[in-house]
Amino acid sequence: MAGAGANDLKVLGVWTSPFVIRVRIALNMKGLAYEYVEEDLGNKSALLLGSNPVHKSVPVLLHAGRAINESQIILQYIDEVWAGIGPAVLPSDPYERAVARFWAAYIDDKVRSAWLGMLFRCKNEEERAEAVARAGEALDTLEGAFRDCSEGGKKPFFGGDGIGFVDVVLGGYLGWFGAVGKIIGRRLIDPARTPLLAAWEDRFRAADVAKGVVPDDVDKVLAFLQTLLAISK
Amino acid sequence: MAGEKKQGLQLLDFWVSPFGQRCRIALDEKGLSYEYLEQDLANKSELLLRANPVHKKIPVLLHAGRPVCESLIIVQYLDEAFPATPTLLPAGDPYARAQARFWADYVDKKLYDCGTRLWKLKGDGHAQARTEMVEILRTLEGALGEGRFFGGEAFGFVDVALVPFTSWFLTYERFGDLSVEKECPKLAAWAKRCAERPSVAKNLYPPEKVYEFICGMKKRFGIE
Repeated sequence: MAGAGANDLKVLGVWTSPFVIRVRIALNMKGLAYEYVEEDLGNKSALLLGSNPVHKSVPVLLHAGRAINESQIILQYIDEVWAGIGPAVLPSDPYERAVARFWAAYIDDKVRSAWLGMLFRCKNEEERAEAVARAGEALDTLEGAFRDCSEGGKKPFFGGDGIGFVDVVLGGYLGWFGAVGKIIGRRLIDPARTPLLAAWEDRFRAADVAKGVVPDDVDKVLAFLQTLLAISK
Repeated sequence: MAGEKKQGLQLLDFWVSPFGQRCRIALDEKGLSYEYLEQDLANKSELLLRANPVHKKIPVLLHAGRPVCESLIIVQYLDEAFPATPTLLPAGDPYARAQARFWADYVDKKLYDCGTRLWKLKGDGHAQARTEMVEILRTLEGALGEGRFFGGEAFGFVDVALVPFTSWFLTYERFGDLSVEKECPKLAAWAKRCAERPSVAKNLYPPEKVYEFICGMKKRFGIE
C-alpha cells in the first residue's frame, strides 16, 4: 500500500473526537493512506493553529499542504477528490444527497448537543440525566430516519447496502456512546427502545473501516475524558 | 388513483427570514420559477408541518412535492438538481468548494446567533455580543479579500449565504452602536455590489423594515 507520502494526506486529530473519527473512517472507505497526528488540545500545535486559525479545532485534513476544515466538509472533499475510487460517501441522486445532508445536520445539532451535555457540560448527575433524555429523543427520531433510509430495516446502513454519509457522521460518536453506557449502566442506544439503531451500531462497530478508529476500550475513553475536562477548566 | 402529480417548485418561507431569502436569491440566480408560499409561523400550516416534521421551520423547498429542508442544503440541492443552470458552488474544484462550504458554515454558526444576542441582551451579554460581532464581520472581510465576491469574480455560494444578513447590518449597527462601513469598508462595498444584482434587490427588504420588525419582536417578547 502506498505510504502517506504518495497521497500527501495528513489528519490532525484527537483519538476520541467524533469529528476526527468520521474523517478517518472516510479515508479508510477510500483505501487512502495518511499520516495521523495526535494533537494535545491543551497545547495545540503551530500546524493546527496555522491550518485552522478561525476555529482552532480538529479535525484538519491537510492535502498537499492545503488545509480543509470542518468534518462534514472534509467528508465531502474526500468524496469529490477521490470520486470513483472505492465506495461513494454521499449518494449520487440530488434528492438523496439532500436527505443525507439533512440527517447529518440533525445529528451534529441534536446528538452533538446531548453528547456535550452528557459528558462535558453537566455539573451534576441530574444535568447528565437530562442530557441523556435529550439523546434518547434524538435517537428516537434517528430510528425513524433509519427505517426510511434502509427501506424499513431491510438494508444494513443509512447509506443502504453500504456505509454512507449519515452512517459515518453518526458512527463517529459510538466510542463516546460506549463511555456513557458505562456511566449510566445501560447501552445508550437502547435495543428495547430503538432496535434498528442498536443493530446498526453493532454492525457499524464490526465494519472493517471502523476497526482501530472507533474506540472500543471504554475505560481508556473514560480516563481520557478526565484529561479533556481538565483542559477545559 | 394517483392524484395529479405536483410538478415544479414551491418555497415555504417567511418574508423577513434571511434563510428563506438565500433560497429566493438562489432560485432567481438560476432563473428557476417557483411558487412562493408565505407561512404564518404563529399558526403553522398542515403543509409546513408535513413538509418539515422534524424542525417545523422554514424555509422548505418542495420539488414535485418532495421536501428539502435547511437553507444551505436547499441551495446545494438546486445546484445539483438543475445542473444546466448557473452554478453557485464552484464547479470542478473540490478545494474551492470546501472553502465555500467552510465560509457559508461560518456564517451559519456565528452571525445569526450573535446578532440575536446583540438585540436581546443587556449589560455584559450585550457587550460581549458587540465585540464578537465586530470580530465576525472582520473575519468575513478577511475571507472576502480583494475579490469582487467571496468566490472571486462570480457571485456564488458564500455570497448567497451572507447577503440576506446585509439587510440586518443597520439593526446590528443600531443595537451594537457600531458602523459596518467604518469597521469593514470592503464588506460594506461588497454589500453595495450585491444589492445591484436583480436577485438580491428583488428579495431583500429595506434595512429600516428589518429594524422595525426586530423592534416589534422586542416589544412582543417584553424585552426593553
